[in-house]
Amino acid sequence: MKRRLAIAAFAATAVSFAAIWQPAAATIPAPDPDTYASPLELLLSPDGSRLYVLCQEAAEVRVLNPQTGHEIATIPVGRQPRGFSFSPDATHLFVVNSWDDSVSVIDTRTTKVQATWHAGFEPSSVVEDHAGKALFIADRIGNNITVLDAATGEERQTLEAGRGASYLALTADGSRLYATHVYPSATPHRTPPKSEITVIDPAQAQVIDRLQLPAIAGVFHIAISRDGRLGVAAQLHPKNLVPLAHVEHGWAFVDTLTLFGADVGRTVEVPLDELDRYYAYPFGVAIAPDKSRIYVSHGGSDCITVIDTRKLLAWVHVHPEPFAEDLSASAHYVLARIPVGKNPRGVVLSRDGAKLYVANRLDDTISVIDTRANRVTQTLRLRGPEKVSALRRGEQTFYTAKYSFQGQFGCSNCHIDSTFDGLQWDLEPDGFGRDIVDNRLIEDLRGTEPFKWNGGNPSLAVECGPRTEKYFWRSQTFDDLILADLVLYLRHLPSRPNRFRPADGTLTPAQERGRVLFFRTVDKLGQPIPQRNQCAYCHSGPKGTSQKSFDVGTGKPTDNTAVLDTPQLMSVALTAPYLHDGSAKSLEEIWTLYNPHDQHGRTSDLTKDELNDLIEYLRTR
Amino acid sequence: MKKAAIVGILFAAATTLAAQSSSHSARALHAATSVRSSVSSLPRFRFENFTTANGLPDDHVFCVLVDGEKVWAGTNNGLALYENGQWKTYTTADGLAHRAVLSLALDKRTGDVWAGTMGGLSHISAGRIDTYTQLNSGLSNDVVYGVSIEGDNVWVATAAGAGRLDTRTGEWSLYNERNTPMTEIWAYGVSAAPDKVYFAIWGSGLLELNQKTGVWDKYDDPDGENEMVLLKNQGLIHEIVTSVSYIDSVVWVATYFGDSHYDGRYWHNFLTKDSGLPSNFTNTVRGIDRNRAWFGTDKGLAYYDGTNWAVYRPALDTGKSEMTVRDASGKVTEIPVATAPAHSYVLGIDFQGSDIWVATAKGLSHGIHQP
Repeated sequence: MKRRLAIAAFAATAVSFAAIWQPAAATIPAPDPDTYASPLELLLSPDGSRLYVLCQEAAEVRVLNPQTGHEIATIPVGRQPRGFSFSPDATHLFVVNSWDDSVSVIDTRTTKVQATWHAGFEPSSVVEDHAGKALFIADRIGNNITVLDAATGEERQTLEAGRGASYLALTADGSRLYATHVYPSATPHRTPPKSEITVIDPAQAQVIDRLQLPAIAGVFHIAISRDGRLGVAAQLHPKNLVPLAHVEHGWAFVDTLTLFGADVGRTVEVPLDELDRYYAYPFGVAIAPDKSRIYVSHGGSDCITVIDTRKLLAWVHVHPEPFAEDLSASAHYVLARIPVGKNPRGVVLSRDGAKLYVANRLDDTISVIDTRANRVTQTLRLRGPEKVSALRRGEQTFYTAKYSFQGQFGCSNCHIDSTFDGLQWDLEPDGFGRDIVDNRLIEDLRGTEPFKWNGGNPSLAVECGPRTEKYFWRSQTFDDLILADLVLYLRHLPSRPNRFRPADGTLTPAQERGRVLFFRTVDKLGQPIPQRNQCAYCHSGPKGTSQKSFDVGTGKPTDNTAVLDTPQLMSVALTAPYLHDGSAKSLEEIWTLYNPHDQHGRTSDLTKDELNDLIEYLRTR
Repeated sequence: MKKAAIVGILFAAATTLAAQSSSHSARALHAATSVRSSVSSLPRFRFENFTTANGLPDDHVFCVLVDGEKVWAGTNNGLALYENGQWKTYTTADGLAHRAVLSLALDKRTGDVWAGTMGGLSHISAGRIDTYTQLNSGLSNDVVYGVSIEGDNVWVATAAGAGRLDTRTGEWSLYNERNTPMTEIWAYGVSAAPDKVYFAIWGSGLLELNQKTGVWDKYDDPDGENEMVLLKNQGLIHEIVTSVSYIDSVVWVATYFGDSHYDGRYWHNFLTKDSGLPSNFTNTVRGIDRNRAWFGTDKGLAYYDGTNWAVYRPALDTGKSEMTVRDASGKVTEIPVATAPAHSYVLGIDFQGSDIWVATAKGLSHGIHQP
């Protein structure tokens, strides 16, 4: 009641324009009947009578009867919704819209959006504290946790999280909030990645601890047992320091869980895979109310892993670390692998733990699993196109791991949610440590070919076809039709909104000064800058690439060639590290450390503040 | 003239702004002493000193920062944290930008600490240290003499001008001779509030940035760049400014040749010859409110209550603990005390309720208030 009144008052008086980011009704287009629902996350009402489905592509929350799948209500929200949660009393549902940087506040009784608040940079998960005072929102590209006043939506503070902050879990008593991250923290070049679980005291709204996750890159959902003694996070453990040609020896990814809390006594990593079979892209996690079972969805393997918690903890207590790569371990605690739909993501248990609901994002279904029998007893189909389009087939191909040797990984392992992974890989069988390449963003690829850092692949069909067969999957590859669908999907990946570009197109003074530097043809001494040393010559066109290769002096002794493809600049601010091998940790380092002879643009005449201006401009690209 | 014209506006806004910029702990100390301007009300302390002998990583302590029960000390050999009676030291092996920590600031909203070092700016958040340098970020220079937090902004004073990091957007803005009235770029200190930001510039006076208008103002020594004081209370006491503290809409300024107080209309200067200041060579100043401030000099720790002065130090000749007070008439009285700060060369000051913490060239001192 307090929130409703506050929201009403807030809207009526327009206290703060900044707090109301965009009125929901004004920005949400009419649903496209050809749009797939793409269920990403699930929630059950406390009484179990309603199943809430967060539909990513449809940009809706659909409210279903969990018994029948009957659609009770449809609630339009913002673009690319990525996470949702109830208020403690379940009278409100909060939905974060990752491409609108907003949170939709929904009254669960009326199933209407009451307010839409501005929230962070690419908000991906939201939780309200038990006191009902604050909303905590994980910002994927803000790399922080934004704290909003739960009554007014006004931002109170931001808490420093890790890179790619995305998923949140609150303990049952509300005393601790945990955050995970889909991108790895910065580490020195050619060293193992690491991640963290950020621990927040919601009452103080402060970060109080950071659980270290060595060797981990992408961490997805996290769950806490009802007694608060066991935490479980699903994650990717990449092996990016050795050539990927060793896929047949298990050198690509291990799919693991991080366990922590009083039941474990420490932070420990345990494998989900088997010796000859991998369970790719562990995403959703649920812990049974009695803590007897742990359920994990595998977005790349189209199944649910069921773990016996007692056996798992026994194994952890008996066996010394490290055993994350001991794939024989899972046989001691994995009870079942339950096939579900395509690209299973969010999971939710019924209050009594008897049913597990699974959102199958890429076939628009909800699998209902009988947790006693460990089998799917019902599949709820969501409203949407019956026909599977070529684009949809391409997306299914992108997210599945079935084409790689032993199902180890799919395209989405390295291009998380169709983006990148922040890692540098040793891709080809030319020896250890040769031709290290940084992973690039794959949004809006049309007009950026050729591909590969050496410019060796003229088209996506070549990039994703013969090359993938030879170097990645090491087993079967796509036939022509599957490849055509995959290329179609990749060519249709849009660019995310650029938060640094002013909405009206007018650059800030610093951005404008940087733009002038980017396009300059004369240096500060009045000397003409050779064409190939002008930023805008190589990084030309709307996407910031001339689609040609140059030697800009950044080649390393371990590279087979110093002539490199000019990378596109879209969303360049988000994709650190930089250069072909990821050796530059920041945009600054491209010029402060790796451009001693002005081969990578004439920059040695720039002052520090001018370099800052140049970076401010690049952040608008 | 321009300054005089805007004084009225500034004065009208003073009450609101003061509430935003004041130090809670400083007020607590003030409350614990007295509002009465009498010699007997000057605070007395029992000093407990920390050195390498009892856990500090280095005796040379540049700065100190209090966060509730926690105390951070920036030393010549690492950043030390005093918590639950024990010291923990963060070093470059933990990610600290440099072993010499020159300045500290607390983000009260998040509990994070920012440390200015001889090798960059470090952000300490729940044990994680992220470092900004002139090579990997927009920071203008790796020698960070001063740091101050205001909202989402981290303000820094460096050996090559001042700067601001907007932690929401990651944007760096640099301030130097190219875009401010700064004639020298050796920035020693910064004190930031939502309305104004002040910079202590070594050799270039006091700089003011009005955040609402974006207008810069510069306050210079009217006597020019020499050590003579011909025009007392007509402006800043000297161009070599080492520290600034902005609170309750007044600015307290420390220089190597005396100190100043500016309320937006009037200047009041302090020299050893006509105040209780133990030395004109002042490393740091911390204002408590419009009338009271603490000074860290090369010859002791000094407190000014608006009328009277108190000085705390080991005697310069014998090393014996001493406290002297000077009243409005200039009468100096020695107060018998058993303890004093670890050294007379004072570099940093912070407050913990009614207690004071003092960073000196030979140890860190905890002044426990005595009723």
